[in-house]
Amino acid sequence: MARAVSTQQKTINTVLAWAIGLLIFFPILWTILTSFKTEAQAINDPPLFLFFDWTLENYAIVQERSDYMRFLWNSVIIAGGSTIVGIIIAVPAAWSMAFVPSKRTKDILLWMLSTKMLPAVGVLYPINLIFIQLGLLDTRTGLVIIMMLINLPIIVWMLYTYFREIPGEILEAARMDGAGLRDEILYVLTPMAIPGIASTILLNFILAWNEAFWTLNLTAAKAGPLTAFIASYSSPEGLFFAKLSAASTMAIAPILILGWFSQKQLVRGLTFGAVK
Amino acid sequence: MNLKTSFGMATALALIMAGGATAETITIATVNNGDMIRMQGLTDDFTAKTGHEVEWVTLEENVLRQRVTQDIATRGGQFDIMTIGMYETPIWGRQDWLVSLDDLPADYDIDDILPAMRGGLSVDGTLYAAPFYGESSMIMYRTDLMEAAGLEMPRAPTWDFVADAARKMTDRDNEIFGICLRGKAGWGENMAFLTATSNAFGARWFDENWNPQFDSPQWKETLTFYLDLMNDAGPPGASTNGFNENLSLFQQGRCGMWIDATVAASFVTNPNDSTVADKVGFALAPDTGLGKRGNWLWAWALAIPAGTQKVDAAKEFIQWATSKEYLELVAANEGWANVPPGSRTSLYENPEYQKVPFAQITLDSINSADPTNPTVDPVPYVGVQFAAIPEFAGIATLVGQEFAAALAGQQTVEEALEKAQALTRDEMEAAGYL
Repeated sequence: MARAVSTQQKTINTVLAWAIGLLIFFPILWTILTSFKTEAQAINDPPLFLFFDWTLENYAIVQERSDYMRFLWNSVIIAGGSTIVGIIIAVPAAWSMAFVPSKRTKDILLWMLSTKMLPAVGVLYPINLIFIQLGLLDTRTGLVIIMMLINLPIIVWMLYTYFREIPGEILEAARMDGAGLRDEILYVLTPMAIPGIASTILLNFILAWNEAFWTLNLTAAKAGPLTAFIASYSSPEGLFFAKLSAASTMAIAPILILGWFSQKQLVRGLTFGAVK
Repeated sequence: MNLKTSFGMATALALIMAGGATAETITIATVNNGDMIRMQGLTDDFTAKTGHEVEWVTLEENVLRQRVTQDIATRGGQFDIMTIGMYETPIWGRQDWLVSLDDLPADYDIDDILPAMRGGLSVDGTLYAAPFYGESSMIMYRTDLMEAAGLEMPRAPTWDFVADAARKMTDRDNEIFGICLRGKAGWGENMAFLTATSNAFGARWFDENWNPQFDSPQWKETLTFYLDLMNDAGPPGASTNGFNENLSLFQQGRCGMWIDATVAASFVTNPNDSTVADKVGFALAPDTGLGKRGNWLWAWALAIPAGTQKVDAAKEFIQWATSKEYLELVAANEGWANVPPGSRTSLYENPEYQKVPFAQITLDSINSADPTNPTVDPVPYVGVQFAAIPEFAGIATLVGQEFAAALAGQQTVEEALEKAQALTRDEMEAAGYL
């Protein structure tokens, strides 16, 4: 039986949710606001909230100084490519772990996750040397591979959790009807797990888009994505907060828009199972 | 032979003759600051003169440092020119990681480079990086507040005068603090300032046998003086203030004095950014009468990593970017105040440049720093605000954390120095110096 929720409780929950939401969004809002200020207004004390002379000067300067489209395109290729390759590998892997588990499945899952506990910088030099040998430094191919590898444990884990929610009997029924392994995954499992797969894709895309350690350390002039674009506006000797904010806003805008339009799908996927 | 064929052959001949200088695309790693960005904007002039194209990788200083170190140590070959500082150049030059720049043509006039800069960027007389711009540190002060305090800033003040003035200028009710100094932990942050200051107090990092000297009375005097001054006349939360935070405070009119990089002079006197642009005076960094001033010396310089395949094109770029002609090019486009300072003697002899209000004090500050003889007592290292050994950056960042903790009131001077001494000794033993 559903728990009765009083109107008062509902109001409190709504206010609380809005307050937390605004708190989380505030740094992004502040960055966006700062991008429309002059450098002097950006450091004004007390800080200026809405009442200042709005200017597009920073965007013009950033646009003039950097080839934004090249960075954006690199971001799309790296985040998109690593997500596609990751999903192709992770779906069969998660299927086998969810439906035909072995004695060691749990250990393998934990071991996969444990690779995420290693600080990335610990393997920077070995990866760098491997990339030099393979000619992958400052290439989008190299970054697609590395992004895919670092996010793979998370994708497999997420998909595994979603697949576990699907009753094995349905797959058995498909097999009884003569479906092979390929058909079973493609036509039965995947459509049922679409919300889960969609949110996994989205999350992986966002993670790869925002990743700033490998993308800064393995690129130079050619394959740098938007994280490298932002980094080029940071400076410890000179106040360039307004320009840095403009660059940041330009870098997060695509992912913010994508997140906005897909939020329903994302929430549905993340709560998949619990609402059934 | 018809006319068309003759033209064709002449063109082919001309191309073959010019073939020695094939057009290349060079990749340059650099930092994000005004002078470097200006250089990027003027690259077309270089391309027009040489045919070489340039690709820029601009990074924040600390990221750049890590990125280029990684590239040069693994021979990644990603960059044909790297922007490096006075700390890296002697270390990397000694390792043969950099291409020597001693063979630059006569018209480059290598002897025109300021002696302090050339000394700091050379190893055993061989130049490994050409200074793009150089800086020292000096006092920037509010002329109106100084006058209101009934004082007059000498051109070369002592630390006692500065401390006295800072206390008199402080007006906490109106959020005006007599002095703003770096407090944020880091070898290039608070330790750059404190190491340079300690030189004026007669302290040093190591004795001639590489024994750490934080247990000396001179270091105790330096740190006690700094903490007392900051507690009496510094802004609240100073242990997290670096260059940018102090710049912001000064531009907002909150600081009576600020001792920091000479490059800040152009920021604080720019009326677009600074609320006190017309009330700023300059003076040399203070001393204590022991013969050394507390000012540092730094250069952002262009160097060629040994792994690059495009040495000739890279050298052509360095010649262009650090030449006298480049300074004139910037002056013609953006005015003399925006010319990269501190690299060439001839710039300071130029009557047009002498009109820039902070030109002479910058030169005097640079000339009063001696990286090869930085301290009162002799030391085995080169460098004013650092010791040019690979271990220094790591050790100084740890020591900086101890000093920042003392500034934040979390420990006493004695505790901070004791920890600094112990950790420096441990690191130097582990590195084989002791």
